[in-house]
Amino acid sequence: MAEYSVLIGGKAGEGINTAGLSIAGLFSRLGYRTYMYLDYPSLIRGGHNFAVIRAAERAIGAHRTPVDVLLAFDQNSIDNHRESIHDGTTVVYDASAVVKGEGYGLPLDDIVKEEKAPPITKNSAMLGALARVAGIGREVLEDVLRESVPAKHLEANLRVADRGYDAVETVFSVKPLGSRALPVLTGNEVTGLGLVHGGLDAYVAYPMTPTSNLLHFLANRAEDLSIGVFHPENEIGVILMALGLAYAGKKAAVGTSGGGFCLMTEGLSLAGMAELPVTIVMGQRPGPSTGLPTYTAQTELHFVLNAGQGEFPRLVVAPGDLEEAFTWSATALMLSWRYQVPSIILTDKTLAEGAFSFDIDAVTPHTDQEPLLWDGNGEYNRYALTKDGVSPLAFPGREGAVIKVNSYAHDEAGFTTEAPEKTRRLREKMLKKGESLSAELATYPVVKTYGTRDAGKTLICWGSEKWACIEAAEKFGARVVQPLVLAPFPARAWKEAMIGAGKVACVENNATGQLARLLRQQGFDPGRSVLKYDGRPFAVDELEARLAEVFA
Amino acid sequence: MNPKQPAGKTAGELITPVQNTWCPGCGNFSIEHMMKSAITELSEEEGIPLENFVLLGGIGCHGKLVDYLNVNSFYGIHGRSVPAATGIRLANPDVKVICHVGDGDIYAEGLDHLIFAAKRNSDITVVVHNNRVYGLTTGQYTPTSPTGFRGRSTPGGITEHPLNPLEVMLAAGATHIARGYTKKVQHLKGLFKEAIMHRGFSFVDVLQICATYFNLTDYYNKHAYEMNEGEVDTGRFESALAKIREWDYDREAPIALGTFYSVKKPIYEEHFQALTAGRPDRRELIRRILEERR
Repeated sequence: MAEYSVLIGGKAGEGINTAGLSIAGLFSRLGYRTYMYLDYPSLIRGGHNFAVIRAAERAIGAHRTPVDVLLAFDQNSIDNHRESIHDGTTVVYDASAVVKGEGYGLPLDDIVKEEKAPPITKNSAMLGALARVAGIGREVLEDVLRESVPAKHLEANLRVADRGYDAVETVFSVKPLGSRALPVLTGNEVTGLGLVHGGLDAYVAYPMTPTSNLLHFLANRAEDLSIGVFHPENEIGVILMALGLAYAGKKAAVGTSGGGFCLMTEGLSLAGMAELPVTIVMGQRPGPSTGLPTYTAQTELHFVLNAGQGEFPRLVVAPGDLEEAFTWSATALMLSWRYQVPSIILTDKTLAEGAFSFDIDAVTPHTDQEPLLWDGNGEYNRYALTKDGVSPLAFPGREGAVIKVNSYAHDEAGFTTEAPEKTRRLREKMLKKGESLSAELATYPVVKTYGTRDAGKTLICWGSEKWACIEAAEKFGARVVQPLVLAPFPARAWKEAMIGAGKVACVENNATGQLARLLRQQGFDPGRSVLKYDGRPFAVDELEARLAEVFA
Repeated sequence: MNPKQPAGKTAGELITPVQNTWCPGCGNFSIEHMMKSAITELSEEEGIPLENFVLLGGIGCHGKLVDYLNVNSFYGIHGRSVPAATGIRLANPDVKVICHVGDGDIYAEGLDHLIFAAKRNSDITVVVHNNRVYGLTTGQYTPTSPTGFRGRSTPGGITEHPLNPLEVMLAAGATHIARGYTKKVQHLKGLFKEAIMHRGFSFVDVLQICATYFNLTDYYNKHAYEMNEGEVDTGRFESALAKIREWDYDREAPIALGTFYSVKKPIYEEHFQALTAGRPDRRELIRRILEERR
């Protein structure tokens, strides 16, 4: 299988993210599937940012350490990545900034000066050089620039790109695959589109990495998507505003990370008690506390499973790539409304800010779910007792209905009660919804498996580690088992998927093995934990080396 | 529905069968009954269907009001009614959203939300049941308790000064600011009606007697007076500020009742209606975005 890896590095503010996406665009144009890992510290100017772009003939969602081309805007981009450089690596560097470099040194300062182009166009010089090194035609390069650069800057970028193209030689040749060019999107963007597919009316958020870009994306596209996007004073305001929208009939989602979710937990418990639907996108990053704000982790599993005072049903899903982010975001929102429970979409920095080729035609959306609406007959009771625990919804403004939602223990009409019998009945009704949701989920692909059943070796993973695991498993002939739903826990599907699992490794981006702990709670053996907790996702080769110890 | 006979209910019928648990002599009774009358009268006079009113309650004695009135209600959590109210108003431009909040509830726990709702001129009404003491948690000081107040958590008396909530609201950008008193019920009802009909953020601080923990009846009866027409220029910030500063919730001074400030400004919720008007097929819109990105 033909595959290529490119690393581009420089200081923050030099547009590494955009340059990385253009590189992904270059390979996409030739029919390749791409994945980009973006690594950046929490600062605005300076520091060291880099992106690893990997392109392959088939779907991928993880990076590898060795690269074919390294594009360095500064010395750090070479010095920090010695382990990525091997004999076959072509290094292209900015000769105006790099003192010690081997490969092609491009005098980028001089080039932009001579072309009377702004400094940001240095990215185009690098893109031009990469195209030439990879044997990609000038016309493909120009196409990509035409699509990504605003018209008024296009000419300058084209001139500078040509200078980069002319300054190097062809080292290898990337063959066009003839497949359709796929758009490259981030997990945040596709999560947003999935929510809209599920019926989103409004998105409410306070900025917090790694989900700020979901807020930015939906805010920019609010008119195109015909949704409302709101940024209130804090995360408490965020979730309460969403609950107000839901009470009045608008489907709302919120987005945050661990710290913001801490502030939302009282509102989450209110959503549980008042039976108000809300969908929470929880992008994980390493804690405790501020931790590593711009890096990745899978550390909030037990937090989201248990957050909020009291006992109430909730839906927790953990997509592992764009296709799953799309379908499960839509489903999380729809099921939240169908069962009037809060739903949580667990992502992390790797998925949320990683970029992937996205093929919407390959996505099979789950069944649409509609909320249960009041038929207008008889007296309206917001918490009417029903067989499946779900009470019909009506919204303020509906003639003949008085709609009372309540954070206190309440009766069927929604009035506060402290009577033991009513309290017990309404408590049972609420918990019944969790059972009904669980039964409904039995028809969904809640546990996915990859590879053959009789492998005798099994990798367990969740969320964004999915693709590193799928690739690494191939090397060992192992099977991969991935739970998509973590609450209500799909015990039956899990048991079925793990029949004949053999030797088991549980791969997670945390220090204590959170999925392993959940599996033990459910009475399952999680095998041996393979953990990484330095804020970075596993590179495929790194995971392979770690698994060699388990499967030896 | 015929607006002249709103949902076939008279004011009396707006009272729910829920047992009332306020202390005898509590100022909340006045607020409840004047709110009930205000809603009924507005329904009749302005043709607003009763189902288009939504009440919100925080946590505290004040919140029980929403259990006692047979009107749509969102009985939420301590200090957080205001952002939920904005959410409701965003979702439905036809509803009249009225937050009932307490002084501990909104001036302590939820002050950030109050300030921001005023700042963005959210088209909601906030009625503060300001008894200047925590009732339901049995007698601690609140942000509007006077200096020296001896509460159960501050037996030596507080050394800090109270907030003047009207001044805070004026500074934050509220477009309608009023103060009422639970012993002047007809006046109070008028303030409620005016505030509910104001397009934009309206705020009514109600000086409320707490019969059990902080009974200021004599003090208020001595100092409170209803402002006359023209006593304050409600369209002018400086005039309102001067009148608001006449009493600082601390030292003895005349306590003006009435509307201090009322101006028209664009409301926060206007933009949202344009975004969601017409309800197009959003799935088609997703396709379009993906095509652009190809």
